[in-house]
Amino acid sequence: MSDRADAKTVIDINHVATRFGEHVVHTDVNLQVQQGEIFALVGGSGSGKSTLLREMIMLQQPDSGSIKILGADLQSLDEEQAKALRLRIGVMFQHGGLFGSLDVRENIGLPLREHTALDDALIDEIAAWKLVLAGLAPETATQYPPELSGGMLKRASLARSLALDPELLFLDEPTAGLDPASANGVDELVLKLRELFGLTIVMITHDLDLLWHVADRVAVLGEGKVQGIGSMAELSKMTHPTIRQFFDGPRGRAAAYISDKQSKEQTWKQK
Amino acid sequence: MKPLPRASAAIVQPTPNELALSGQWTALGIGTLDHQLNTLTVSPKAANTDVIVDGSSVEGIDTVGVWLLQKFQQRLHNEGHRVQLRGWNPRFSKLLALVNESPAAPTQLSPPSTAFEKIGLDAKAIGEQMTGLLSFLGETAVALVSSIAHPTRLRWRPILHNIRSAGFDALPIIGLLSFLIGVVIAYQAADQLRQYGANIFVADLVGLSMLREFAPLMTAIIVAGRSGSAYAAQIGTMSVTEEIDAMRTLGIPPIEMLVLPKIIALIIVLPLLTFFSDVLGVFGGMLMARTELGVGFEEFIDRFDKAVSVTAYLIGIGKAPVFAGIIAIVGCFQGFRTQGGADSVGRQTTTSVVQAIFLVIVADALFSVLFSLVHL
Repeated sequence: MSDRADAKTVIDINHVATRFGEHVVHTDVNLQVQQGEIFALVGGSGSGKSTLLREMIMLQQPDSGSIKILGADLQSLDEEQAKALRLRIGVMFQHGGLFGSLDVRENIGLPLREHTALDDALIDEIAAWKLVLAGLAPETATQYPPELSGGMLKRASLARSLALDPELLFLDEPTAGLDPASANGVDELVLKLRELFGLTIVMITHDLDLLWHVADRVAVLGEGKVQGIGSMAELSKMTHPTIRQFFDGPRGRAAAYISDKQSKEQTWKQK
Repeated sequence: MKPLPRASAAIVQPTPNELALSGQWTALGIGTLDHQLNTLTVSPKAANTDVIVDGSSVEGIDTVGVWLLQKFQQRLHNEGHRVQLRGWNPRFSKLLALVNESPAAPTQLSPPSTAFEKIGLDAKAIGEQMTGLLSFLGETAVALVSSIAHPTRLRWRPILHNIRSAGFDALPIIGLLSFLIGVVIAYQAADQLRQYGANIFVADLVGLSMLREFAPLMTAIIVAGRSGSAYAAQIGTMSVTEEIDAMRTLGIPPIEMLVLPKIIALIIVLPLLTFFSDVLGVFGGMLMARTELGVGFEEFIDRFDKAVSVTAYLIGIGKAPVFAGIIAIVGCFQGFRTQGGADSVGRQTTTSVVQAIFLVIVADALFSVLFSLVHL
């Protein structure tokens, strides 16, 4: 925590290029994420947002360019440093990535058991608490991942990614496949986490509600580059076709309309 | 794994009712400090005193630290002390308040089950599995009878595919292993027979043991390991990925589609494989008889013809369809029992192989008893 104050830019991506054989994913990606921000990465399928995420969480290496996470250049890390960095990062995978052979509490406690010298009993207590923080019922603790519904699975996965109190949290499609009520719950949860822990959150999402209400800044990926970056209100004024698709069309307009209405209501109340 | 080095958390007690905390009160920094916290006593004689918890030199705290602190406060409170927090950095205040806001789940852990309870649960599980297997057998039998009544409904393509994958593709491994078994039997027997000058009886030994027992049993065990496991893994994975459910909703009975072709194919193929094993096994024995005992091929075949009756051959081949049924049914049944994820697929696959081999050997033993009763 002490080194938080001096490192304001949490993620710094410079001239990243990636290709798979002939297929070019990124030509020149540049973006910065500031500390305490909720940052969203959007783009059509095949625009390379998942690849960029995988590069940021050290599952893949870009062909050229540099990525700095929490001040550390990913290219020049040795094993030990990479491990230390991984402990400061939490990742929630799209399909949860929970271990099927462990129950929910063991899943959440696993990072603590692996990396700390804490007592088993204490780890169980903390895991149960994290479960409640993530909005799950206490009874879920002893259930196994296949028994959980989609929304519960995401929350359990989130609880596990928070096990070591990371400074930076990556969410891959946090609301995909959820009913509207659960998706709203995730919206609130993300905001609450930022408020409580001062987390920096980077998420990949297509959920327009999440983009309008939760994200501080949004980067639109397309044609191997960042086509636009800014708040949703700023992006809505841009004209690039890749960006327009998020605003034109019935879904885009509906989400923008609701957001607009809510902000007007808020200003009226303030008056 | 070794915790990473950090400015670890520490606690000192300058006066009996004052505690000074310092360092990183985080998951990685706390180490084994919780033992110290649990045993720490604060001026035990004077209850109702204020205990000051000074956090001015705490560098960082996370949920684990907050949790420990809260537990400690709770304990002091229960002992009749009042706790005051002093000197805490305001940036920790939200976290410190968090524990009170959303109290943890009462960790109602089910008590570890007793040995007695475990025996009961195991017995129940075995019972369930038995009835499950029985009802699966029933379902399959009904499906089999109805598709024999309407042979046009039989799915020949998967049957042929299974004949190829379980039968033809298994020829090399079964051939090689049977040949080696034949060699080993003849080789082991050679010493004993030579002592009595009964070299020629190697044909009896190899012929009878191979045809009656080794060939059917070995073939069944290899096929259980090769194909039984594949059946369980295939059906298990399909049920995990909801393919079985999809099949049902499309009006395709999974048993007809997945189970019958496998059973029919294996019942056709296993006797053929057993015959192949017979031939290769006897050939191995023959080769060994010539090099070790000087029994030529012609002599061997001559004696083989006299010593080994057609009944012995038919008994061996006759067991094969029964073994085939066991292997296919157990493999498919365990596949359908798969629930949950990847882990379960692995477990059911293992179970299918173990159970199939177990049941094959039990069936073989029963056959022996049966045949000895009818003097075969």
